[in-house]
Amino acid sequence: MTEAPPPEAPVEAAAPARGFWARFWDSDVFWSYRHNPVAVVSSLVALTLILAAVFAPWIAPHDPFNPATLQLMDGFTPPGEAAMSGTVYRFGTDDQGRDLLSTILYGSRVSLFVGFAATLFSMTLGVSLGLFAGYRGGLADTIIMRVADVQLSFPAILIALLIFGVAQGVIPPNKQESMAIWVLILAIGLANWAQFARTVRGAAMVERQKDYVSAARIMGVPGPAIAFKHVLPNVLGPVLVIATISLALAIIEEATLSYLGVGVPPTQPSLGTLIRIGQRFLFSGEWWILFFPALMLILLALSVNLLGDWLRDALNPKLRQ
Amino acid sequence: MKIQRFAGLAALLASTLMASSAMAETLRWARASDALTLDPHSQNQGVTHNFAHHIYETLVDRAVDGSLTPRLATEWYVKEDDPNVWVFKLRHDVKFHDGADFTAEDVVFSLDRARSENSNMRQLHSAIASVAAVDDHTVEVTMTGPSPLYPNNLTNTFVMDKGWSEAHSLQSVQDYAAGEDNYAVRNANGTGPYILESREVDVRSVLKRNEAHWAETKPQVTEIIYLPIAENATRIAALLSGEVDLVQDVPVQDIERLKNTAGLKVETGPENRIIYFGYRMDDKPLKSSNVADKNPIADPRVREAMHLAIDREAIKRVVMRGNSLPAGVAMPPFVHGWTPELDAFPAPDPERAKALLAEAGYPDGFSVTLDTPNNRYVNDEAISQAVVGMLGRIGIKVTLASRPVAQHSPLITGDNTDFYLLGWGVPTFDSAYIFNDLIHSRNGHFGAYNPSGYADPALDAKIEGLATEIDVEKRDADIAEIWAQVQRDRVLLPIHNQLLAYAMKDNLTLAVHPENQPLMTMVTYGQ
Repeated sequence: MTEAPPPEAPVEAAAPARGFWARFWDSDVFWSYRHNPVAVVSSLVALTLILAAVFAPWIAPHDPFNPATLQLMDGFTPPGEAAMSGTVYRFGTDDQGRDLLSTILYGSRVSLFVGFAATLFSMTLGVSLGLFAGYRGGLADTIIMRVADVQLSFPAILIALLIFGVAQGVIPPNKQESMAIWVLILAIGLANWAQFARTVRGAAMVERQKDYVSAARIMGVPGPAIAFKHVLPNVLGPVLVIATISLALAIIEEATLSYLGVGVPPTQPSLGTLIRIGQRFLFSGEWWILFFPALMLILLALSVNLLGDWLRDALNPKLRQ
Repeated sequence: MKIQRFAGLAALLASTLMASSAMAETLRWARASDALTLDPHSQNQGVTHNFAHHIYETLVDRAVDGSLTPRLATEWYVKEDDPNVWVFKLRHDVKFHDGADFTAEDVVFSLDRARSENSNMRQLHSAIASVAAVDDHTVEVTMTGPSPLYPNNLTNTFVMDKGWSEAHSLQSVQDYAAGEDNYAVRNANGTGPYILESREVDVRSVLKRNEAHWAETKPQVTEIIYLPIAENATRIAALLSGEVDLVQDVPVQDIERLKNTAGLKVETGPENRIIYFGYRMDDKPLKSSNVADKNPIADPRVREAMHLAIDREAIKRVVMRGNSLPAGVAMPPFVHGWTPELDAFPAPDPERAKALLAEAGYPDGFSVTLDTPNNRYVNDEAISQAVVGMLGRIGIKVTLASRPVAQHSPLITGDNTDFYLLGWGVPTFDSAYIFNDLIHSRNGHFGAYNPSGYADPALDAKIEGLATEIDVEKRDADIAEIWAQVQRDRVLLPIHNQLLAYAMKDNLTLAVHPENQPLMTMVTYGQ
């Protein structure tokens, strides 16, 4: 970090010419990232897992979502041993003869997709409602925030289960399987919007009093435009933190729902479904069916969570050295 | 000195242990679920009856081989001059737990109660015209027509005390579906070998041996503590840690581990229950298929192809870990009408299956949704998953829809499924029970579990005739003919018969009961 300015040019003149990456490298946030080994390691782990999941069809040795390719007789093969068909499975196989390594890669795709989509959904919903409530105030604020309060007094998983149950009743039985993943996203998203709404509303109420908002209003900028164009960018910091943490939460919630057997169909298992299946074989000695999916889930949730923790500290002005 | 004292202590300890084991045997019995109610006519359900059999008794009982044996009735016969009347001679010197005498009036009351409006046992007694007491120990049941098999329907119909029931206003049966409650739901007064001492629903029930019971040999178990533990792993852990003595519902994957654990043993045996797949086979298009203008399964070649795609031995070996009897007919070997020839099944032949599909006009297969329960039968969801793979290999793309049995059953009874897994137990040990509900086209009392759309009036008439046919040979011939047609038309796709496993401490023995209704009176102690 010892800046060595070129001998001819004065330092002041050189500063604006520096590239985006150089400025990024020197930014407060990235400086804190570079000096935080936990953040570096967890981001590397998260990135690796996410990339592995995204490129699963090219990396995975088998396609576990195509039931026609499964060899039932290869079921329960321990890791690294040759199965009935002669194939060696690095992480072993489950009770259906599925290669666990491939199944985990494909399964974390499902988990991550549901996690990202649900977080995006709850973020969009929560930020819009929070912004509206905070900027508008009055009756709208009261109604939205009381709903959020009531919802926060229930565990998120209970609300997700409730939404899932209602959806099961509304959707005709022969459509349920193809809709399952979207219902899951809806359920988890609706269960988590309140955190976003609360934070954004608080920040928006503070911003509303500021001069730039008054200035915009005097210039005749319409309310929604002020809220989204001017107030929103100033409240995005905390939203980013909550989004990261709630991504980890959404992944865990998806796993919990699938573990309870209400999530995605068993022929397209997510990590939670795999753990539910593996848990049956704990006493019978087939430890790998539970161990590898659980390890994957822990690594994924932990790394995203630690990243969120670091981001919260990095964006908190009071904690800056 | 020290050694002497220790020896003395050990001897004292040993003598107390021996004395206690000779005097009282407490059996802690764990199952996956509790009896739904103690009102004996409110729920026709296996777990509920299993528990009730310890407190209440029936007129006739069923032996392990399926034959009827005397219980509260000592003999029964069709009245000589009237083929519509069954006569039951009752056991003498039987008392209810509260001391009241057991008489013919109690039987009349109980049979009338069992066929009253809210009773769940009603369909078993629908042929009764009237019940009358001839004397204190003789009852005559008048039927609406000849009913040669009627005593088979009595093995789960319990006898209550008329006086006790009237004192507690129990004339009408608890309406379980409506959430009704009555005195008999948590209290009981039967003639059975055990007396209800305390009951905490879904937690713990305690039964004490009935010292005044009529049977000559007293059961060795003097006290039963009944513990419902829903979670599989928790139930097995309770046995491993010595918290319970007997686990009735053992998951197949844990059998090997328990067998190899010192101090425990596992008894296995076949259950009187067939696991099979059914499908819609009429001409209406399937609801869940990509073939929208017709029903591919209506073509017999497609059904044949599905049968040839299934590898039953692989399911037995991997999914069931050897704990099943693969089957070629949808009928357990216990059932009257079963033959080894019917039960034979072809070796899987995916190539021939593909050729048949192509011949039927589906060279690329078709898609369909398979509905499966995931908490009812042994590894039900895993069986369905395996079948999805096997059908996938011949080109039939199956989507699996997995639900708890409470949501799965209505799909079948409500005609809302194209392809489904179901298990069928046969409490009467007779083919007619299978035909009535699974093969007969759906109308009135018949075809409650037949969403196949299969309808053949001649076959229906033949099935209905079985109930009143007195000529045994003619009846057997009819049963064989019906099965031949069912097998020819591939109405059902049978997979296997379940094996049951009970795990217990190795100082006690309890044999597997084919209907999964073991009585703790059968438990014996000693290696």
